Amino acid sequence: MKEQPNLSYIHQLSGGDKDFENKLLAVVNRELPEEAEIFLSNLKSGDFKEAASNVHKLKHKISILGLEESYCFAELYEDELREGINNRQAEFEEILQGMLIFIKS
Amino acid sequence: MKCLIIDDEATARMIINQLIQKNPNLELEQEFPNAMQAIKYLNQESADLIFLDIHMPDFTGFDFIQTLKTPPNVILTTSDKSFAIEAFEYDCIVDYLVKPITQERFDKAVQKAIKAKPSKKVEDPVSELNKTDNDLYVNIDRRLIKIDISSIYLIEAKGDYIHIKTFDKNYTVHSTLKKIADKLPDDLFLKIHRSFVINTKHIIDIEDNSVLIEKDVVPVSRSNRPELMKRLNLL
Repeated sequence: MKEQPNLSYIHQLSGGDKDFENKLLAVVNRELPEEAEIFLSNLKSGDFKEAASNVHKLKHKISILGLEESYCFAELYEDELREGINNRQAEFEEILQGMLIFIKS
Repeated sequence: MKCLIIDDEATARMIINQLIQKNPNLELEQEFPNAMQAIKYLNQESADLIFLDIHMPDFTGFDFIQTLKTPPNVILTTSDKSFAIEAFEYDCIVDYLVKPITQERFDKAVQKAIKAKPSKKVEDPVSELNKTDNDLYVNIDRRLIKIDISSIYLIEAKGDYIHIKTFDKNYTVHSTLKKIADKLPDDLFLKIHRSFVINTKHIIDIEDNSVLIEKDVVPVSRSNRPELMKRLNLL
């Protein structure tokens, strides 16, 4: 079964502080769609180096949402993009989509 | 310990802020979304410890450290494991935290910072020049680049940087006009304005308030004009 986003890291970090959890999720909710959009726009314009930097930034949010396998996948994808290879776009977009749905729910 | 956070990602700043709140040894002074704002802050204020991201647009964490004469201790916070070796080339870096950061790992890094001595002075890009009689070495992107002093015809101060113009190439270095002027031979170089030092050998002509040097027209301030006139072999 495909791994699903979860809040275990955020719970661990907050120590039960719901106010902090809500504020953090609100910030992720604001930043994630923006970062995803910039990433897609860079891919569209063929700027793979910049897209790799975007993936690098997105990796932090992937890890915050407990997606360990996706994090490893993103590492590979980032390295490949830096070399001008873009073979993992569809799968990475699927990860992003799952995160966006999760964070909005 | 008074600390700062520098990270362009708001999520990361919020997480580090939370980790700081839970550590009794730390007191958060300020957080910054980019290195430039932090540099301005540190020109006026001090800090004991900085939590610093490496990957930031325009100015990386390493660039930031290089701009500080006496950086406080630094704990790097990054999603990239590959800079660990480079990180420990800097005396001021006491630990390297890979995101996502747990409280336990964070506290361990803070303990290292507490035990660490205050960091040593970082080599100034210009004052640490290996000056020989004819050459000047400037630190640009962690490389010491040799410049033949006689080829320099103009140095211009712009904010926290100086532009060094030579016949072949121009260089931008984080330093001040005074620091570089101190390293140059007095018989060749002269400050003619608060923002300009020129090599007097390369003057083409002088008008009332300006000097033509190569293709640059450089202003001469009233207070510096007498010294300039003294240098000229006037008929």
